[in-house]
Amino acid sequence: MSGFNLLEGMPERPENGVYLDNNATTKMAPEVVEAMMPFITEYYGNPSSMHGFGAEASRAIDRTRERVAHLLGAESPSEIVFTSGGSESDNLAIIGTLRAMPEKKHIITSTVEHPAVLGQCRELASRQGYDVTYLGVDAQGMLDLDELRGALRDDTAIVSIMAANNETGVIFPTEEIGAIVKAAGVVFHVDAVQSAGKLPLDMASSTVDLLSISGHKIHACKGVGALYVRRGTKLRPLIVGGHQERGRRAGTENVTGLVGLGTACDLLREQRDEANIRVRELRDRLSSRILESVPSSRLNGHADKRLPNTANISFDYVEGEGVLLLLDRCGIGASSGSACTSGSLEPSHVLRAMGIPFIAAHGSIRFSLSRYNTVEEVDYTALVIPRIIERLRAITPFNEERQTF
Amino acid sequence: MTDFAAEQWVTSMWDYSDKVLDHFMNPRNVGDVENPDGVGEVGSMACGDALRLTFKLGDDDRIVEAKFKTFGCGSAIASSSVLTEMVVGKTLLEAAVITNEDIARALGGLPREKMHCSVMGREALEAAMIDSYKRRGLDVPCELIIQDVEICHCFQVKKSTIKSAIKQHRLTEIEDVTHYTKAGGGCLSCHNDIRHIIDDVWDELNDKSGLIQLEVPDAPSHEDHRTTCIRDLVENDIARALRTDGGDIELVDVRGSTVRVRLTGACASCPSSQATIKGWVEAQLREHVGEDIDVIEERS
Repeated sequence: MSGFNLLEGMPERPENGVYLDNNATTKMAPEVVEAMMPFITEYYGNPSSMHGFGAEASRAIDRTRERVAHLLGAESPSEIVFTSGGSESDNLAIIGTLRAMPEKKHIITSTVEHPAVLGQCRELASRQGYDVTYLGVDAQGMLDLDELRGALRDDTAIVSIMAANNETGVIFPTEEIGAIVKAAGVVFHVDAVQSAGKLPLDMASSTVDLLSISGHKIHACKGVGALYVRRGTKLRPLIVGGHQERGRRAGTENVTGLVGLGTACDLLREQRDEANIRVRELRDRLSSRILESVPSSRLNGHADKRLPNTANISFDYVEGEGVLLLLDRCGIGASSGSACTSGSLEPSHVLRAMGIPFIAAHGSIRFSLSRYNTVEEVDYTALVIPRIIERLRAITPFNEERQTF
Repeated sequence: MTDFAAEQWVTSMWDYSDKVLDHFMNPRNVGDVENPDGVGEVGSMACGDALRLTFKLGDDDRIVEAKFKTFGCGSAIASSSVLTEMVVGKTLLEAAVITNEDIARALGGLPREKMHCSVMGREALEAAMIDSYKRRGLDVPCELIIQDVEICHCFQVKKSTIKSAIKQHRLTEIEDVTHYTKAGGGCLSCHNDIRHIIDDVWDELNDKSGLIQLEVPDAPSHEDHRTTCIRDLVENDIARALRTDGGDIELVDVRGSTVRVRLTGACASCPSSQATIKGWVEAQLREHVGEDIDVIEERS
């Protein structure tokens, strides 16, 4: 079998590539770029300044605050605190709450949260004497709400549970969780970074106290995000200094980024239903074609309770990094929960928490779509994937009959 | 409560050399050699990488054909592929000196986090060579066995150093290993490797409870660190390699940089014992302890 070439006979690669990694980040919407441009070139004033230069910037921030509040269904724009993105919002929610109630030393979260939450919880547990309960998930990636009921304590300060998982797209029942958490009188934080724009949000009628969103996951730019803080929720700042964000987040605002965020929120509101239906059709087309054409492949996570754009598929007997390298050569960008793509030696903590076997976890590929993907891109990917998997399987020593040495 | 050991140490994985990409995209010698003379299988799907190396021997123990099958990332496939090219045409003893660094060098370098792929190549080669001697009912030359690898790249700590620290001081935690050897104190990316070494050493100690005395000698309290290292290397790693050949070695004493040893078992009557002492035992000690080491054989 010498003279083996992994890419021989692949279909012609599309000129601009195929971007299927929208849970990592998204392309900026042209409308967003257009709205931001004047704030890069012309309106450079500091929003805190007492002159016309600053007034324009200040007005732009107010407008964004209204637009974000509108998307979230918040009662008042004053409930929106701008941050540098999802990770800062998560950190502010957790640390800010703990600092506001120093007597409470217990946190509840899940094993499948984003590293922004898990990393902070680990730090709090190992260095600051906090006790953290990590709720597990089942094979479908779903929580057991009885476990949550049993975990709540008198000294529980905050429950932080994501709205939807970034790796599998699995959706958690936020309002059911919130009802349990609020009945116990505990602060409820939701990382909605992946779900914003994909699932309806109505903070006015919600049980959620704190909710994180990120600009670059919704076709705005990187480095900008927001934390929704329900009126009356006690929160100490993480970044102190100036009076910005009513003292809840010091530092001169990222005006340009915020203008983009506001525009992106409006686009989401206008296009959400239509875009989600189309994205779901494309995702299902891709996912069913792959699962039908590749033997020993499976979908990870709950089939229905899942974001419309995400498909996490495992291919047994291959390792994810090899798949990604070959996809990249074919112009397709995706991601993997394999150990080798992360630099750690352990595969995805999310898939492991779901009890996905190692053989499947190492060969897991996440496809995450956006409203900018086309049916041609999906069909091209569905054509390329089976060939890539087949060739990598021709190299591996393992197969259905032989799974160990 | 779950342990989230490493997922935050996420690094970019895409700085592969052209050579790595070439061997990955166009892997050489994929498959299984028919009627192989040596088969080496290392790794597992759970580990995330695994390699089966098969080869065929010609005259003079020369490898005339080598093939591989690999489950793993791009650099694991590339390491396996380049290894098959490196071994063909070499005798077993010539191939035995190929280190994991040689494999990485042949690929134009590997990212640090990917060096374990080259280690897997070296391990499969070693396993296949040992297998080829065993198939023929021959003793395995000790030259095949000992090779050391760097585990902690931040502080350049080798596997042998970590193993001896674990044995000597009965370490069970990564943090302790870091305290004794510095290994794992930098970027933390080797913590999983260190965990595996701790587990392996303890498995070894528990399996061979009768040998614990031999493996973990009660070092005299006045013995300095350097002597302790020498004792550990001689009585553990070097002795183990010689035992696969029916031989053995004892440490007589250490004075300054002069190390006196006694060869026993099959080595005692081996005509090449002087070569073993000077060419190999001394080289091992010089590499791990210091260039000034002088090894003298004490005849019984």
